[in-house]
Amino acid sequence: MAHRWKNTLTRADATPLAAYMNRRQIMAGAMGLGLIGAAGMARSQEAELEPNSWEDITQYNNFYEFGTGKSDPARNAHTLTTEPWTVAIDGLVDNPGDYSMGQIMEAMTIEERIYRFRCVEAWSMVIPWNGFELADLLNLAGVQEGAKYVAFETALRPDEMPGVRFPVLDWPYVEGLRLDEAMHPLTMMATGIYGKPIPNQNGAPIRLVVPWKYGFKSIKSIVRITVTEDEPPTSWNKANGREYGFYSNVNPEVDHPRWSQASERMVGGGLFAKRQPTLMFNGYEEDVASLYDGMDLRANF
Amino acid sequence: MLVDRINQAARKVPTWAVYIVYLIPVPVLLYMAQTGGLGREPINALERELGEIALQLVIIGLCISPLRRFIGVNLIKFRRTIGVLAFTYVVLHLLVWAVLDVQSIDRVVADIIKRPYITIGMAAFILMLPLALTSNNTSVKWLGAVWRRLHLLTYPVAILSGVHFVWLSKGFQLEPLVYLTVILALLALRVPTLVRKVAT
Repeated sequence: MAHRWKNTLTRADATPLAAYMNRRQIMAGAMGLGLIGAAGMARSQEAELEPNSWEDITQYNNFYEFGTGKSDPARNAHTLTTEPWTVAIDGLVDNPGDYSMGQIMEAMTIEERIYRFRCVEAWSMVIPWNGFELADLLNLAGVQEGAKYVAFETALRPDEMPGVRFPVLDWPYVEGLRLDEAMHPLTMMATGIYGKPIPNQNGAPIRLVVPWKYGFKSIKSIVRITVTEDEPPTSWNKANGREYGFYSNVNPEVDHPRWSQASERMVGGGLFAKRQPTLMFNGYEEDVASLYDGMDLRANF
Repeated sequence: MLVDRINQAARKVPTWAVYIVYLIPVPVLLYMAQTGGLGREPINALERELGEIALQLVIIGLCISPLRRFIGVNLIKFRRTIGVLAFTYVVLHLLVWAVLDVQSIDRVVADIIKRPYITIGMAAFILMLPLALTSNNTSVKWLGAVWRRLHLLTYPVAILSGVHFVWLSKGFQLEPLVYLTVILALLALRVPTLVRKVAT
């Protein structure tokens, strides 16, 4: 069901593509005229959040299938064929099968969600996604009794993906969520950014977005969704289990063994960008903390 | 002979020319960082570029004596220049990391203590300090044989730098492993001589 979750970042924060360059000036002007009232100031911290530019979002990516450099995906991902595209949905579902992108888009209501995006490498962005809740897709497939987890798999196409020639990770890229995480209204499948079809380097034609977890959980270019009873393997956990756990919730108090997670740097701030404190569950604590009641977040990192 | 021609040409090149050529990347990288040439997030990119140039210079420095011993190409007069340049890039790498990236003394100290790859990077820097301080002609003259032994510190510096690069990488990446392999191979070439020296 669309529009179940209301964004604290509003439409006003997602500036039309053509106007985002002018946004600061408009905002400054509005402030000066006193147009922003008390209601606006109440969520002033949120109001300060501004979606990153199209360039930031589409030219600074981790998508190791297209190379490990941050600009490699933007340079190399054009080779990915995204039409036709089908997503196999299988496992503990009533209606298993290959779902074409056309079928999926027809069944889903696309909405916009402006989410913070926090990479495990301690950089972050604010991204205006277009997509639908994963729960809607899972309900379409019909989740069966006994299901506890959802596994995801990225396309593996050596002919189209220069990065998979070297075993940086055990390809294909796989990820997973607990069923309640997957069904959470914040969890979405993105098919667009800034109202445009999602670029290949950002995970075209369809990707997961779980805003309270480190970015690598939000698996790109998904070809398979499997509903399972057991916790599925996840790529970074397989590569280095000491550093990357299954949950990988954004948590400023639990450091990565090789770097601190207490602060982050917003991409696009240039050479003198200031670090900002990282928020618990990436700022979505109110929405998702209850999923982990009684759980030791240090042990289940 | 090609070797003779290289040696003759090398004699004509003043060391200051090497300094100038090798310092050109500094303003170029700073300009690129300011104008988007290093991507949307220039701090990490700049840090990485400077570190990589430093590592390349360490490797070039390690090539000089094998080049003379095995091929007869004599570039010894540039060795100290290369070393000073490597140190310069390490200092810049460190400054960008501490000032632009980490942005606080507390966090710098915490990182050096808590993050092993930063600890060994810092160890490499500290081992380089006596080398940089004694890189002038006076020191070479005064210290004599001690100078030569002191500058064997280049070997642990090279190993630590190579491991630093491998350790900071995510996943199984080729490039840092290539650097470390080259460093270990260049050091392996010296083992027979070192063993002979210790034996006698």
